[in-house]
Amino acid sequence: METTATQTLAEWYRRMLLIRAVEVRLGKASRTGELPGPVHLSVGQEATAVGVASCMRPGDWAASTHRGHGHFLALGGDPKSLVAEIYGRATGACGGKGGSMHVADLSHGMLGANGIVGAGIGLAAGAALTAKQRHTGGIAIAFFGDGGANEGILFEAMNLSAIWSLPLLFICENNGWSEFVRTESLTAGQISRRAEAFGIPESQVDGNDVLAVHEAATEAAERARAGLGPTFLEMMTYRTEGHVESETTFLPGSYRPEAEVESWRRRDPIDQLASKLSNLGLDEDALRQMQDEVAQEADSAFEFARESPMPDPATAMTDVFEEDPS
Amino acid sequence: MARVRLIQAINQALHEEMARDDRVTVIGEDVRISLFGDTRGLLEAYGPERVLDAPLSESLLSGMTVGAAATGLRPVLHLMYGNFLYTAWDAIANQAAKLRYMTGGQFALPLVFMAIFGGGRSQGAQHSDSMHSMLVNLGGLKVVMPATPADAKGLMKASIRDNNPVVFLQSAGRGGEAGEVPDGDWIVPLGVADVKLPGSDVNVIAIGAMVRLALRAAEAMAKEGVSVEVVDPRTLRPLDSPTLLKSVRKTGRVVVIDEGRLSCGMASEISAIVAEEAFDALKAPIRRVASFDVPIPFSPALESQVLPTESRLIDAIRSTL
Repeated sequence: METTATQTLAEWYRRMLLIRAVEVRLGKASRTGELPGPVHLSVGQEATAVGVASCMRPGDWAASTHRGHGHFLALGGDPKSLVAEIYGRATGACGGKGGSMHVADLSHGMLGANGIVGAGIGLAAGAALTAKQRHTGGIAIAFFGDGGANEGILFEAMNLSAIWSLPLLFICENNGWSEFVRTESLTAGQISRRAEAFGIPESQVDGNDVLAVHEAATEAAERARAGLGPTFLEMMTYRTEGHVESETTFLPGSYRPEAEVESWRRRDPIDQLASKLSNLGLDEDALRQMQDEVAQEADSAFEFARESPMPDPATAMTDVFEEDPS
Repeated sequence: MARVRLIQAINQALHEEMARDDRVTVIGEDVRISLFGDTRGLLEAYGPERVLDAPLSESLLSGMTVGAAATGLRPVLHLMYGNFLYTAWDAIANQAAKLRYMTGGQFALPLVFMAIFGGGRSQGAQHSDSMHSMLVNLGGLKVVMPATPADAKGLMKASIRDNNPVVFLQSAGRGGEAGEVPDGDWIVPLGVADVKLPGSDVNVIAIGAMVRLALRAAEAMAKEGVSVEVVDPRTLRPLDSPTLLKSVRKTGRVVVIDEGRLSCGMASEISAIVAEEAFDALKAPIRRVASFDVPIPFSPALESQVLPTESRLIDAIRSTL
């Protein structure tokens, strides 16, 4: 705590607030039928996105999951281009061709959300290979969930990144639920311990404490940059919203106890950080001002998206191939 | 001009492109020793950082290849047998073929997936498939299938220089085939078909290993006074339809021969293009010769029943006359 200046914490707070503000609005827009496709929100998981992003430098890469809005914004992506993309507009990050599950922003090192669970692990391993082979000093982050931890590609990647000493961070965001099934009933053992068998340093981290996430991720990043290979961090967190926003329309009932959700709401990562900032001397007014500014920023992103044109139909046939050879 | 085997031609292409561009990196199982000979000598010439013996982890390796290409390398992933593309399929179908499009053109993916493919050598059903029509059907990959050493070298060099995902498929039974390869920086652009033999009576469109078979059939038909034109698309995406159609219009009779299976295969696709674009020029129904719709069997006595043969092709040619 002493090493991280209040100003930095305030920046993280603002970033987490922004993710929350954008996603709460996305949830509402989804439930009212305003969005063309499904959205998977990371409400409650903002500390992992922002805490991990805090260890990244320009030239680093992160591959995200189907629950990727938070990663997009944590890496510095523009909320306007994010929201416009999810509205399927021409001004979206991907010109309306990707949508919520494929938001990407290569200019900020964001290799894309991914509709295939676990696939980002492969992309991040490739980015780590580039960093190692080109001696860039960069690192790559593989975000995946507890559900993704059961994909075979993870085991392949742990093996290969260990033998090749790739500068790769395995970030498992364990939110307790694989879609609608409790992860415990699908997953043997403690997820992070799986890395132990490959000789990869691993630990469980309080994923709702942005400072703990930051410290663990920074240490892992330093190891990676020093050529010491991958690290596996299991971020214990929780999504307080559904797997997908439309789930109430097709599920027969609730699949998780309200008391469980409530207990995690009491450990909300944004509230926790607000308390820390108060203890550090930031007053109510300063916090309130940030909240207001972020709300305004989120509102204007939605206004921008709603007012943006739909893509030109002709663009359905573009962007398949890059035509110029090297 | 030098006479080299097809596998050596690919080896030359890899050597030349690795020398030309230090981002070109070869990854795969046994690429240092090189089971087939196509990656031989690369380790000694370009070092262990650029020639990587990888564990048997196809789903990771294909995904890693996409991620490496997206971030600054020009990787060539040797998947060994075409059937192993299936274990690598997610990154081929869901990542490589889609990422550039889905992100509105943010990604450039200069990568090559290479493998040998096809039957005829009693490798059994899991080492003998021809999966090119599936790859074309994905909508976001270039698919390259050379039939001669010159094409293999020129197309491999063009594939490595292309800024898009390319699947380079080499006919398994043809690696030892020798042929003339032009000297110097020999490039065969993707998307240009080649008339392998000019003729005037019947047009045979042949893909990959079927080109040699078509040339043999043409020789046999010539003895009967029938002039066969053999056209090789060389790349299936992009497909040089204008050259194929020009040849069809010249003869008005067309047989398409492909080692892939008949249903939903490349022979069907090319036949459909001909029917749509050159129906008025046809003097006889289009004929397809392809593998039958079963797995490729092991025993030579069975395998030869399933794969296209010269006699099936000759029968098809005769039926158009």
